[in-house]
Amino acid sequence: MRDYAMGKTLYQKVWDAHTVGTLSDGRTQLFIGTHLIHEVTSPQAFGMLRDLGLPVKYPSRTFATIDHIVPTVNQDQPADPLAADMIDAIRKNCDDFGVTYFDLKSGKQGIVHVVGPEQGITQPGSTIACGDSHTATHGAFGAIAFGIGTTQVRDVLATQTIAMEKLKVRRIEVNGTLRPGVYAKDVTLHIIRLLGAKGGIGYAYEYAGSTLAHFSMEERMTVCNMAIEGGARCGYVNPDQTTFDFLKGRPYSPTGDAWDTAVEEWSSFASDADAEFDDIVIINAEDIEPTVTWGISPDHGISIGESIPDPATTEGDEKAVIEEALAYMKLPAGTPIKGIPIDVAFIGSCTNGRLSDFREVAKFIQGHKVADGVKAIAVPGSQITAIQCEKEGLDKIFEEAGFEWRAAGCSMCLAMNPDKLIGDQICASSSNRNFKGRQGSPTGRTVLMSPLMVAAAAVAGHIADAREIFDVNPDAAVA
Amino acid sequence: MAIAPITQVSGTAVPIPGADIDTDRIIPARFMKCVTFDGLGEFAFYDVRFNPETGEKTDHPLNDERFKNASILVAGINFGCGSSREHAPQSLAKYGFNAVIAESFAEIFYGNSTTLGLPCVSSSKENIEALKAACAADPTLEVSIDLEKMTVTAGDLTFPVEMPDSARHALLSGRYDPIKELIDNNDKIEATAASLSYVG
Repeated sequence: MRDYAMGKTLYQKVWDAHTVGTLSDGRTQLFIGTHLIHEVTSPQAFGMLRDLGLPVKYPSRTFATIDHIVPTVNQDQPADPLAADMIDAIRKNCDDFGVTYFDLKSGKQGIVHVVGPEQGITQPGSTIACGDSHTATHGAFGAIAFGIGTTQVRDVLATQTIAMEKLKVRRIEVNGTLRPGVYAKDVTLHIIRLLGAKGGIGYAYEYAGSTLAHFSMEERMTVCNMAIEGGARCGYVNPDQTTFDFLKGRPYSPTGDAWDTAVEEWSSFASDADAEFDDIVIINAEDIEPTVTWGISPDHGISIGESIPDPATTEGDEKAVIEEALAYMKLPAGTPIKGIPIDVAFIGSCTNGRLSDFREVAKFIQGHKVADGVKAIAVPGSQITAIQCEKEGLDKIFEEAGFEWRAAGCSMCLAMNPDKLIGDQICASSSNRNFKGRQGSPTGRTVLMSPLMVAAAAVAGHIADAREIFDVNPDAAVA
Repeated sequence: MAIAPITQVSGTAVPIPGADIDTDRIIPARFMKCVTFDGLGEFAFYDVRFNPETGEKTDHPLNDERFKNASILVAGINFGCGSSREHAPQSLAKYGFNAVIAESFAEIFYGNSTTLGLPCVSSSKENIEALKAACAADPTLEVSIDLEKMTVTAGDLTFPVEMPDSARHALLSGRYDPIKELIDNNDKIEATAASLSYVG
C-alpha cells in the first residue's frame, strides 16, 4: 500500500508512482508498466533497436497483436505483399525479442485496445503506452494510457520508459441517467462537441459523475477511447467495483491472495475526494441526445434532430471551417441531418466493437432489413468477441438483417485492410474519426454515431433517429 | 548517439491553408503499409496534392513551383491532430521540411516532431497570417526561426514564437532524441520497476 497525502488525482498518483527521474531538458522519465504494440507502428522501432544493438529491456511487459491491416474476410490471407511483410515483421520481431504475440492462430487476436482489457493486461494504477492514439481507451480501468510515436516505441522497448511532460487534469462530470436510445458514444461525441477537438490539449480528462459510475466497463472504454478526439492525450475513469468485477478471472489478472492485495492497491489510486483539478466541467446526462457528425472533425457534432450548420449564419474562422467541411461532405447547409442518404454502414472499431455493442444492436434489428443499396458490415473487435457473439447467435441476427458478419480487426475505421469506402460513398460509422479520406477513399465521407444509430441508418437507408426506427420511446421511464 | 544542437532553422517557407490538419491528411493510412520510414516523403499530403479522381496535380501550394524549395511549413491551428503516427512528421522531414510554424499543434504530433529534430513553433493567428501573406507575396523570402531568441524573422517581419521550455532546451542542447539519457538511468529504471507490484 502506498501512503498518499490527501488531495491527489489518480493521474498525479500514477505519475508519481512511475516517475524514474527528471531529465536534463526538464521532462520526466516515466516508467511504462505495460506496452502494447501492433504491426503498423512497431516495425521501424524494432529496426532502430537493432541499429542500436539493444535488447528489449522487459520483454514480459510488451504485448503484441495485429489489427490494422488484417482482412476481415479470410483473416489469414494478407491483401497484398506489403501487408504480408508487415505481418511477417511483427512475428519475427516478437520471436527475436521474446515478446508475447497474440497472433491469428492464438484465438486472442484483435484490436489492441480490445485485447488488452479482455486479457486482463489492462490494470488500474498502471501506465500503458502504445503506438496508437486510441490507447486512452485503457484509461477506463483507471490506468494512465496514451498514444506514442514510433521513436517512443523504441524508447519503451529499450528502457521501458519515455520522456514526457506532465499534463493538467480536467474533471468532466456527467450526472444523471441517459435517456433511452442515448449511449456512451453519444456522451463522448457530446463532450467533444462541447469542448472542441483541441479543447483537451495539455490535459488528461478524468471522466466522472453518476452516469460514468453506472456505466459498464465497455461503456467507459467507449468514452475514454475518444479522449484524443477532444485533444486530450489520455482520459480515465477512477477504478471501482465495476472495474474489479470485470478484471476478476481474466488470464493476466492476479489470483488468490495477490488478487486481494491488487484490489486494495488499485482502489488506492482513485482520485481523492478532495483532489484538486485544473478545470471542472459538469454535464447533465439528460441533455445528451443521439449525436452524429456532419463534417470532417469529431467536434462537428449535432444531435439527430438538428440541422447541418449554415456558413451564411456565421463569420470569420467558423464560416471558413463550415464551408470547407460542407464542400468535402457535399451536404446541404441548413437542412436536417436526418434523411441524408448513406451508402455504407459500419459497426466495429476500438470505440464500438465490443460484445455489448453487438448485443445492444441485436436487441433491436431483429425483424428489420438493411435497405437496398446499403452495404452493411459488422466487425467484432477481437476473436474472443466474435466467438462470444457467435455463441449467443448474434452473428445470425446481424446476417438475417442484411449485415455481413466479419472477422476481427480495425477494418473500415481507417481502412488499411481491404474494407474501404469507394469514391465519395458516405458511411454511417461507429468508429472515431471523420477526417477527410479516413475510411480509405480520398473522397469518402464519414458520419460518426453510436452503433444503434448506424443500424438505424442501415435499415432506413439514410441518417435516422434510432428511437423512431426501432420504436424506442425517448420519454420512457428510465430503469 | 551524439546529435548536433538545433539553434536556428532558415529557408523559404510554404503556407498551407486550413485548420485542424490531421495526420491522416499529412500521410494517408494506405501509405503506412511499410516496415521502414524511408519512402514516405513522396506521399506527404498526397490526397490534397493530387486529385483523387484524375490523379492530376491540384492547386495545393505544395504543387506550386514557386515553393518547390521550401523547407519550412506554415500552417494554422491544431496542426497534426488525430492519429499518433510518427509517419506524419517523418514524411514531412523526408519531403524536405526542417521546421513547422503554426498557430498551434496537437500534442502527440508535436512530441514526435521534436524527437526527430523537426522544431515546431507557434505564434498568434495575426502573426501567422502576416507570415503566410509575406511568403505568398514573395516565395523566395528567407524565413528564419531563432530558437535562442524565440523569434521568427522574414524580411521586415519579426515576431515572437513559442515552444515549451523542455523541447527548446532539448533542441538547443542536441538532446531531442532522449534515448541515451534514458538508458543512462538504468539503475533508477530498475528501482522503479521493482517498486511496482504489477511489473515484478
